[in-house]
Amino acid sequence: MTPMQYIQEHMQYWQVGKGLLSIHLDTVIVSVVLGSLFCGMGIWAARRATSGVPGRLQNFFEILVAFVDQQVRESSHGRNRLIAPLALTLFAWIWLMNFMDMLPVDLLPRLAHLFGAPHFKAVPTNDLNLTFALSVSVFLLMMFYNFRVKGFKGFGREVLSRPFGWYAAPINLMFRLIEDLAKPLSLSLRLFGNMFAGEMIFVLIAALLPWWFAWIPGLGWTLFHLLIITLQAFIFMMLTIVYLSMAHETH
Amino acid sequence: MNLDLTFVAEIIAFALFVWITMRFFWPPLMRMMDERAKKIADGLAAAERGVRDLELARERAVAILHEARSEARTILEAAGQRSAELIERAEKTATEQAARELQHGREELERAWEQARLALQKDVALLALEAARQVIAQEIDPARHAALLKSVAERLQ
Repeated sequence: MTPMQYIQEHMQYWQVGKGLLSIHLDTVIVSVVLGSLFCGMGIWAARRATSGVPGRLQNFFEILVAFVDQQVRESSHGRNRLIAPLALTLFAWIWLMNFMDMLPVDLLPRLAHLFGAPHFKAVPTNDLNLTFALSVSVFLLMMFYNFRVKGFKGFGREVLSRPFGWYAAPINLMFRLIEDLAKPLSLSLRLFGNMFAGEMIFVLIAALLPWWFAWIPGLGWTLFHLLIITLQAFIFMMLTIVYLSMAHETH
Repeated sequence: MNLDLTFVAEIIAFALFVWITMRFFWPPLMRMMDERAKKIADGLAAAERGVRDLELARERAVAILHEARSEARTILEAAGQRSAELIERAEKTATEQAARELQHGREELERAWEQARLALQKDVALLALEAARQVIAQEIDPARHAALLKSVAERLQ
């Protein structure tokens, strides 16, 4: 297998169906398994939770919950019961999916081949479908809260009169459109781009370097990438919190 | 790379996971943490109250000790006073008794002396009478003294 073929092999999804009605089974399976893992452990921790001396699992989840809750408290004034759990889910889920990048680059594909998958991309955040699914969900929630908190008239007034005043209403509208559409776009593309590049570098290391040397840059990139996956998960969560709390604020 | 059903599937999965988090484990964990914070705050307050109570109890103990000491002193003083009083009264009673006894003795003595004197007087009188009788018996002349004796006898009747 030439390096080119190896790289192309790693670029392909396990796709079932054609065109718009197709589905990436690798993305869906890995993401649902990881999300269920997180939710399952969370529920387990909550079931056995006590207000007395907490166990290790409860401690771990309390750290996560307290951390996210603090972030939400600091950036959002109104208390919306959805924002904090949503942010926690985003952070944990994205981090877990990014973490698939830390596994050896051929581990999951080889395993999947055993079960008859023709191709397998192990990192679900390395799929625009998933990153857009997240960012579009956030965008829809943003719009929902904009209308619900400010009402149709209030939101319309904000869109048309800011930032240049009523006389520049068309320009204001255009600004706002670009601004709001840029939010989900940047959210999803930033995450996708980082994970795509990270995965690509692992693939290149594995494809181009001899096996007895590949582990040195591989180890270095793994350590560095560990920072990136955490940072990307955190950025996605923080921006979501900021966007959703902005949707609640009347200027 | 086109958007396809994966996109829809992931939106549904995301909504589901958020719902589970929001419904099943965020609130209980938050509640536990709040409860624990409250417990700790209560515990600290109780500890502080305990320290204050201890301080109060110590003060009270000192006050009680003080009171007991002063009470003991009062009792001692009263006892001393009472004992002095008792001694004084006993002395007085004894003195009186002694005086009375002395008086009694003196009276007795006087009476005895008087008795003795009377007895002596009587004896002397008898003696004198006897002597007088003997003298008279020798000296008397019934003829001469008949008129005198007679008048004495008359007077005796």
